[in-house]
Amino acid sequence: MTAPVATFVNIGERTNVTGSARFRKLITNGDYTAALAVARDQVENGAQVLDVNMDEGLLDSEKAMVTFLNLVAAEPDIARVPIMVDSSKWSVIEAGLKCIQGKGIVNSISMKEGEDAFRHHARLVRAYGAAVVVMAFDEQGQADTFERKTSICARAYRILVEEVGFPPEDIIFDPNIFAVATGIEEHAGYGVAFIEATRWIRQNLPHAHVSGGVSNLSFSFRGNEPVREAMHAVFLYHAIAAGMDMGIVNAGQLAPYSEIEPELREACEDVVLNRRDDATERLLALAERFRGGGREKKEADLTWRTWPVEKRLEHALVNGITEFVEADTEEARAAAARPLHVIEGPLMAGMNVVGDLFGAGKMFLPQVVKSARVMKQAVAYLMPFMDAEKLELGLTDAPAAGKILMATVKGDVHDIGKNIVGVVLQCNNYQVIDLGVMVPTAKILEVARREKVDVIGLSGLITPSLDEMVHVASEMEREGFDLPLLIGGATTSRVHTAVKIAPQYLRGPAVYVTDASRAVGVVSNLLNDNTRADYAASIRAEYAKLADAHAKSDRNKVRVKLEEARANRLALDFAGYQSPVPTFLGTRVFESYDLAELVPYIDWTPFFQSWELIGHYPAILDDPKVGVAARALYDDARKMLARIVDEKWLTARAVIGFWPANAVGDDIALYAGDTRNAPLATLHTLRQQMGKREGRANIALADFVAPEGSGVADYVGGFCVSTGFGEHERSEAFKKANDDYSSILLKALADRLAEAFAERMHERVRREFWAYAPDEALDNEALIKETYRGIRPAPGYPAQPDHTEKATLFKLLDATSSIGVELTESFAMWPGAAVSGLYFAHPDAAYFGVGRIERDQVEDYAARKGMGVEETERWLAPVLNYDPASHKSVAAE
Amino acid sequence: MIEACGYLVIRFCNNDVLTNIDGVPLRILETLRGGTPHPNPLSAGRGSRKCSAMADTVSRTDTLAALQAAARERILVLDGAMGTMIQQLKLDEAGYRGERFKSWNRDLKGNNDLLNLTVPDAVRDIHLAYFMAGADIVETNTFSGTTIAMADYGMESLVYELNFEGAKLAKEAAKLAEAKDGRRRFVAGAIGPTNRTASISPDVNDPGFRATSFDELATAYGEQAGALIDGGSDLLLIETIFDTLNAKAAVFAIERLFEARGIRVPVMISGTITDLSGRTLSGQTPAAFWNSLRHAQPFSIGLNCALGAKEMRGHIDELSRIADTFVCAYPNAGLPNEFGLYDESPEAMAKLVGEFAASGLVNIVGGCCGTTPDHIGAIARAVAPHAPRDLPEIAPRLRLSGLEPFEMRA
Repeated sequence: MTAPVATFVNIGERTNVTGSARFRKLITNGDYTAALAVARDQVENGAQVLDVNMDEGLLDSEKAMVTFLNLVAAEPDIARVPIMVDSSKWSVIEAGLKCIQGKGIVNSISMKEGEDAFRHHARLVRAYGAAVVVMAFDEQGQADTFERKTSICARAYRILVEEVGFPPEDIIFDPNIFAVATGIEEHAGYGVAFIEATRWIRQNLPHAHVSGGVSNLSFSFRGNEPVREAMHAVFLYHAIAAGMDMGIVNAGQLAPYSEIEPELREACEDVVLNRRDDATERLLALAERFRGGGREKKEADLTWRTWPVEKRLEHALVNGITEFVEADTEEARAAAARPLHVIEGPLMAGMNVVGDLFGAGKMFLPQVVKSARVMKQAVAYLMPFMDAEKLELGLTDAPAAGKILMATVKGDVHDIGKNIVGVVLQCNNYQVIDLGVMVPTAKILEVARREKVDVIGLSGLITPSLDEMVHVASEMEREGFDLPLLIGGATTSRVHTAVKIAPQYLRGPAVYVTDASRAVGVVSNLLNDNTRADYAASIRAEYAKLADAHAKSDRNKVRVKLEEARANRLALDFAGYQSPVPTFLGTRVFESYDLAELVPYIDWTPFFQSWELIGHYPAILDDPKVGVAARALYDDARKMLARIVDEKWLTARAVIGFWPANAVGDDIALYAGDTRNAPLATLHTLRQQMGKREGRANIALADFVAPEGSGVADYVGGFCVSTGFGEHERSEAFKKANDDYSSILLKALADRLAEAFAERMHERVRREFWAYAPDEALDNEALIKETYRGIRPAPGYPAQPDHTEKATLFKLLDATSSIGVELTESFAMWPGAAVSGLYFAHPDAAYFGVGRIERDQVEDYAARKGMGVEETERWLAPVLNYDPASHKSVAAE
Repeated sequence: MIEACGYLVIRFCNNDVLTNIDGVPLRILETLRGGTPHPNPLSAGRGSRKCSAMADTVSRTDTLAALQAAARERILVLDGAMGTMIQQLKLDEAGYRGERFKSWNRDLKGNNDLLNLTVPDAVRDIHLAYFMAGADIVETNTFSGTTIAMADYGMESLVYELNFEGAKLAKEAAKLAEAKDGRRRFVAGAIGPTNRTASISPDVNDPGFRATSFDELATAYGEQAGALIDGGSDLLLIETIFDTLNAKAAVFAIERLFEARGIRVPVMISGTITDLSGRTLSGQTPAAFWNSLRHAQPFSIGLNCALGAKEMRGHIDELSRIADTFVCAYPNAGLPNEFGLYDESPEAMAKLVGEFAASGLVNIVGGCCGTTPDHIGAIARAVAPHAPRDLPEIAPRLRLSGLEPFEMRA
């Protein structure tokens, strides 16, 4: 009956939504039965403590925590081990503590919000009877040096033991494991700082324990598992020797220290222990050799080359291999009566296999796009033969399954999704006419008529494009079209299509297409004479129901009057507030920014999303379902990224600026100089009008800036960054070479680099340029989670849904002439791989969504902007809580 | 008569059966087969005669010091069953109601705590009988004195009064006993487990469902504890714990209460091992149970009810090795017989409990279901020659628990 005694506690994190894509999916889908199975697996595989984390933006985390822990309590084979209640939100931790009868661990508390909050939380943890993980984090941020780590832990220890009466053996310090080998000089000492801080804690803070999340360490080698494992093993070897006795480690992936290849081990040790200046370069050089050796061997297996040519073509199509495509196509052509028979025969048969696998969920978009590349190159090879035959025999084009016109609407420049849909349709024997981006309505309709297309597909990413699509629909109605109109793109939705687009286009069906994988089903239903009428009728009926439900739900939403919302504004206490002064005023331009510096800042999760691979990076690489596809895509992306950086395919430019500012009502007045007597510009902000619970404010961005007359000299910043210079030319070249895969890959990477640039620039602003957090040291995961002080909201997004505010920002930054980023008539940025926004530095500034607003605010806002109410309504259409058309007719009556 | 303390018993085994916890207690199955409701756990509080002197005259620090000094000097004796003694009063429905609740709209027979208001003299006499038989500490007759348990009788609004009067009666008995022989006596405010579980679903088809919550339990326990202290309790006794999460809610509520009032009252904690495989109803082993509640820094940890002294010995032995606080054991008078009655004789039980003392396992002993002043007298005599258990030195280590204990090396 005695307890097992552990020397190093390995905490599994597969029941952690931030650590496991699979678990997150199960929880967001409410599949708790399967989620319990994950927990059971972990315990059966030897987990000594079960970490449970439900920190996911889309979840009611408290509820998910309670539901899951209550279910765990009913499973004796899981509940036998202690629970680690893991959340960055205190309310979630407390809800979890109320569900566990055993003695668990809270992960975590810290002095981030000061000593009082820390004491309060510690007392409660004690009253609930749990042990506690304390992060080395204080009011200044996360500790990155030995000195900061040890002084924060010592202070926390003293408060816990002497003031709170916390048993020292129940304290577990997490002195922050940060990424090393990032290429940034000050990161080189992070490994040593942790190990030495661990040693110090174990020697000087009696009975306390030390824990850490090990995977952060090798952050810059993501995708290279062999090297990561070696780094982790080396790090743990030294950290455990120094006294680390608990950790979040993926046990299955941990190589024993003694079994690491000696050369790799030495290189890892050089990095982890910071033993030489060129340690990172040496490990990088070595890393390529160790990268996924197993997979390369598989690719090198060429037995399929001995198969018959039809099978070889099928294999090449399914696996996306272009290497032998011309030779194989030639061999098939030579054996066929006509070149067309090669397409209709083995190539189409191969693509059918691809289509079946895709339909069955066994292949994923990136793989299909690669298959299409093989197909296109085969067809391109056959084209001259077919043209010659046509001349010879006077034949016409072979009929395609249908002709589809695709365009990104006027004012919008985003086309990754549209290009993917185009490729998928082509794979299914549809002819696609792609008009590209920023296509005016007149041109869409003219080409549709001239080319006698069967379907028109519209795409758009920014909110003004929604209105542009409505315009296209009404013009189609007016000009007597009755073709199916397909709607897709990030801001589009079934509801918007049902409520705004379908009612404008009564002659034909308007259909929302969720993603590329649905496109073929929708198009084939619409073009098949047997199914078309029924399908269109069912869509129309569904949309009518949706529109009706939407109208009803709209009426139920409580909105408060603008005056009430203003009375309930977020009243920050500016009385004692010291506004940090930026290190310069006006703008500063960054020409040809080093792309290599941006690479570690890439948030890969959205990259996979753009390929319809849903899951959190890096867990997605090991996902049982999409892992193989994700890894292959990631490998391709890393290879291209290396070339983008080395061969300077793209140019990155940025401009940032800071201006003296004070809030005036819901607006922010900017001044030409620090004397604040000459106005420079006004930034207009919108205020939330949803009914709020007691104690929750109706926020506007202006609330984060000290009001005029408060006596506080406050500031606001702005930025525009782009990594898109050079992207268009190169992606077009890929397309011309029948390589849509590389073309789309490049666009997706350019977008990611632009976001990474915005993240990096914001970090430098916090540390160097506005310099209010000079000691901040966060790893990329923490950056992605936005744990820093200050925000960088972009016009057109939830905190300020008005895209037209970009005009003011661009004028202030002089962005078009200083760095060459232009605004379209819909206020999309060109090049598309660009990010712009404002900087706010107040510690309480946080992201929020304005939500829907009422007409009283629209009128007030229009007057403040000096813009007509109708025009304002047009720009704000997606967030209006009323129908401007019906309002007008009511007013006219 | 047996129902007089039997209503909780039935819920007890319902949960057992519904949740299919391993080893559904044999005795309950037997009882069900016999069709006889089972009087099982439920010790209960006790009381005594009016005595104007309240606990206020002695400061709480003195009480704690006196308790600690007494516990270091000898094995302290707790009282025996309240329910068993009440049964002997043979009260009918009218007897329970008394004049005051003559026209209450629900059946009240079996609401033992109510007797603090309707037949206070009888309750005080029972307490006094235990004190005179040799008990140092008696438990108040407040086993079901929470709004949650009292909901069955629609008597939530009486909770404060039931507990306050319950503590007062016991305190009065203590003063009477002290006046007779000059030996200091103590009153433990009894806090039962309520009839709901925070860790177990009563619905077999919905394992995530809970009939109560931590917050609801904490509120109810907080009210009860406050009234027990106001009434003069020297200690609090969280007892017959079948679900550790319920007990954690009680500890949480009591901590808040202490903080708000700026006082501390020694707290005794007593779990119940409901089956022979050695687990609580909610599935914990004794060591896991101790790890879960050590943060309460209790005056004593121990076990009561459910098992006889013989079956309890191994678990008490374990607690006595791992707990760095006093250990308390008050078993039933043996396992139930074929009629569901506890019939171990005072001498037989005293021999078993006396052996606990001789082996140095315990600091406090008493009796639960089926025990009477005769049992307590015999037990007091049996343990008197033996020195109390020495508190072991336990090295400070991180000790966690799920259903099972987990320990980290220093």
